[in-house]
Amino acid sequence: MTLLELDDVSVTYRIAAGEVPAVRGVSLSLDSGAALGVAGESGSGKSTLAMALLRLLPRDARVGGRILLDGEDVLTMKWGRLRAVRWAEASIVFQGAQHGLNAVRRIGDQIAEPILVHGLAKPDEAAKRVAELLEQVGLPAWRARSYPHELSGGQRQRVMIAMALACSPKLIIADEPTTALDVMVQAQVLTLIKDLVAEHGISLIMISHDLSVLADVCDRLAVMYAGRLVEHGPSLEVFHDARHPYSKALAAAFPTVGDPVSRLAPKGLGGDPPDPMHLPAGCPFHPRCPVALEECSTLDVELWPAGDRRAAACVHVRSKEEAS
Amino acid sequence: MTETTETRTADPVATVSSTLLEARDLHVEFTSRGRRARAVDGVNLSLGAGEIVALVGESGCGKTTLARTLLGLERPTSGEVRYGGQPLKYGSKALKAYRRQVQLVLQDPTGSLNPRQTVYEAVAEGPRIHRMPDEAEVVNSALARAGLRPPERFLLRYPHELSGGQRQRVVIAGALALNPKVLVADEPVASLDASVRGEILALMLKLRDDLGLSALVVTHDLGLAWNIADRVAVMYLGRIVESGPVEQVLTAPRHPYTQALLSVLPESPERVVLTGEPPDPTRIPGGCRFHARCQILASGKAAEAGVDARCRGELLDILPASALSQAACHYADATG
Ligand SMILES: Nc1ncnc2c1ncn2[C@@H]1O[C@H](COP(=O)(O)OP(=O)(O)OP(=O)(O)O)[C@@H](O)[C@H]1O
Ligand SMILES: Nc1ncnc2c1ncn2[C@@H]1O[C@H](COP(=O)(O)OP(=O)(O)OP(=O)(O)O)[C@@H](O)[C@H]1O
Ligand code: SF4
Ligand code: SF4
Ligand SMILES: [Mg+2]
Ligand SMILES: [Mg+2]
Repeated sequence: MTLLELDDVSVTYRIAAGEVPAVRGVSLSLDSGAALGVAGESGSGKSTLAMALLRLLPRDARVGGRILLDGEDVLTMKWGRLRAVRWAEASIVFQGAQHGLNAVRRIGDQIAEPILVHGLAKPDEAAKRVAELLEQVGLPAWRARSYPHELSGGQRQRVMIAMALACSPKLIIADEPTTALDVMVQAQVLTLIKDLVAEHGISLIMISHDLSVLADVCDRLAVMYAGRLVEHGPSLEVFHDARHPYSKALAAAFPTVGDPVSRLAPKGLGGDPPDPMHLPAGCPFHPRCPVALEECSTLDVELWPAGDRRAAACVHVRSKEEAS
Repeated sequence: MTETTETRTADPVATVSSTLLEARDLHVEFTSRGRRARAVDGVNLSLGAGEIVALVGESGCGKTTLARTLLGLERPTSGEVRYGGQPLKYGSKALKAYRRQVQLVLQDPTGSLNPRQTVYEAVAEGPRIHRMPDEAEVVNSALARAGLRPPERFLLRYPHELSGGQRQRVVIAGALALNPKVLVADEPVASLDASVRGEILALMLKLRDDLGLSALVVTHDLGLAWNIADRVAVMYLGRIVESGPVEQVLTAPRHPYTQALLSVLPESPERVVLTGEPPDPTRIPGGCRFHARCQILASGKAAEAGVDARCRGELLDILPASALSQAACHYADATG
């Protein structure tokens, strides 16, 4: 069953200097219980897209297209309904939010807040629910009395996940949940997220620039470049056999330890990330693309089919499909 | 103790070719809230000329403290830092001369650049302090070596007009301007994008090949070590618990902690996710300092090999600064 459907979603920020088209016509869908990874370099529009899903963008952002959550259009929803949806249907773990925990409030009180606000429990029951949630994310119940500074980075990230789970949502959107955590703590948090998806049937959208992390947790991957999807498909296929040259570069950026090909041979992608206010014509990746053709600087690229349940926005994919 | 360990201890540095920078039995302690934190608790480490060594380990294990001590920014509680065969002198003049040879590159390029300084000013700062002649020429050539070409295009830009990768290159150019022999880089790519990361790492390799630059790279990213380092040293709670050539340590790790670190990388077959609170340098356990979290001890394998009592009760020797593969583990010693 489809839980979430995006149809031609676009987001444009209006700033003094003009318009910033941060997300440009993204369409995708997510089945209930499924996990989707969204990858792309800094500035490609990942967080903007995530926030658009729950209408959390600042006022100067204009959103277009349709966002259907369980069949309801988020963009036209009334405020009251939207507030309910934000915790009970879908909740978001913001990028870097573990630094945003209130420093002078005990974490138990912070986790209890959405439960109380939405009237899901009376104050005396809320403590029990908090204990349950802490246990679910692998923290002892007594941690409810701790202040944020008494927790490590990984523990704070678990608290953020507990808050997101507080109202038993169907969908969790996790924006870079493990970036800046060290490998062991990252593994702890990823294992936790995987278990939540598997055991509680929660759907997940996870954002990261590390394809290997996404491929590990998610069933499907979507890669963004300059506000557009440039590739999507089953995780392992996209990770190991990317069709779009940009996805290939992202996949190669994190080497597999033990792979002789990457030993003493770091792989990077030359050139600069595109400026959304001055996007190149044609395929927006062409100034950095190692396999660009002459037509790439003028051609309008779109997502072409690239095999079973796969698509990629590259002229090489189109030619291959046409040939076969 | 086995015989091999004894011979290794007897001749600690014999196998590291032309050691440039060295830590000898280094201890660095902090006192916080009346408790002693042994952040670096007995480290031998050497960096050869033209060598790239990666120092890996989880958050809080003492990597940054060790790096800062090697740079003379922190005074050791005991033990010593040696450069070019001489113990480091801490007088301000001696330190100034030392920092021309050994330069620090920090994790966050945005934090280490002054937003109101142009690229030129940022890179010229070091040469000015050291009163180097031909400042403009020095700056231009450092920018070019850091891959910002042509340098004129960047000289008058401010940090906010650069991409993250370009900012990190400016920081590296600032270090290169002094023609150092050694770079100590603390998480040099952690704040950078996936696509930019490879570029910066390739630059470090190129600087080694072209200029013979040595580097100590501090990171918790094992893929980075695989990408650029010749040797790797794995640190746990203030000590190096395993070290050796990258191929050996990262494909056939002998210390259970290294094994666990490698096992949690995406795509590895069997994961050992260590639980428990992060290790605390104010309470370093007796016996093997890893024993409370060790999967080999917990699974009974150490008992099978008859070393479990030693795991809990017998301290391990500090590893010497050898270039050969070595691990500080009773089980690894017993099982070969
Ligand atoms: N409030 C805002 N006003 C104007 N422009 C914005 C705003 N927020 C983001 N942008 C711009 O929109 C684009 C997309 O930003 P977004 O934060 O979605 O990227 P991202 O893919 O999440 O990047 P990162 O990996 O760095 O988190 C960028 O060019 C950014 O500068
Ligand atoms: N100035 C200080 N005073 C007291 N304790 C300190 C000080 N500096 C570091 N420590 C402690 O020493 C230990 C080692 O810290 P260090 O910063 O060296 O770790 P690290 O390995 O670099 O960690 P990370 O990967 O998180 O950067 C930590 O427990 C830290 O809290
Ligand atoms: S369309 Fe052309 S420029 Fe774009 S990714 Fe494909 S080959 Fe490269
Ligand atoms: S000495 Fe024992 S406890 Fe320590 S790492 Fe080796 S097996 Fe584990
Ligand atoms: Mg973001
Ligand atoms: Mg550090």
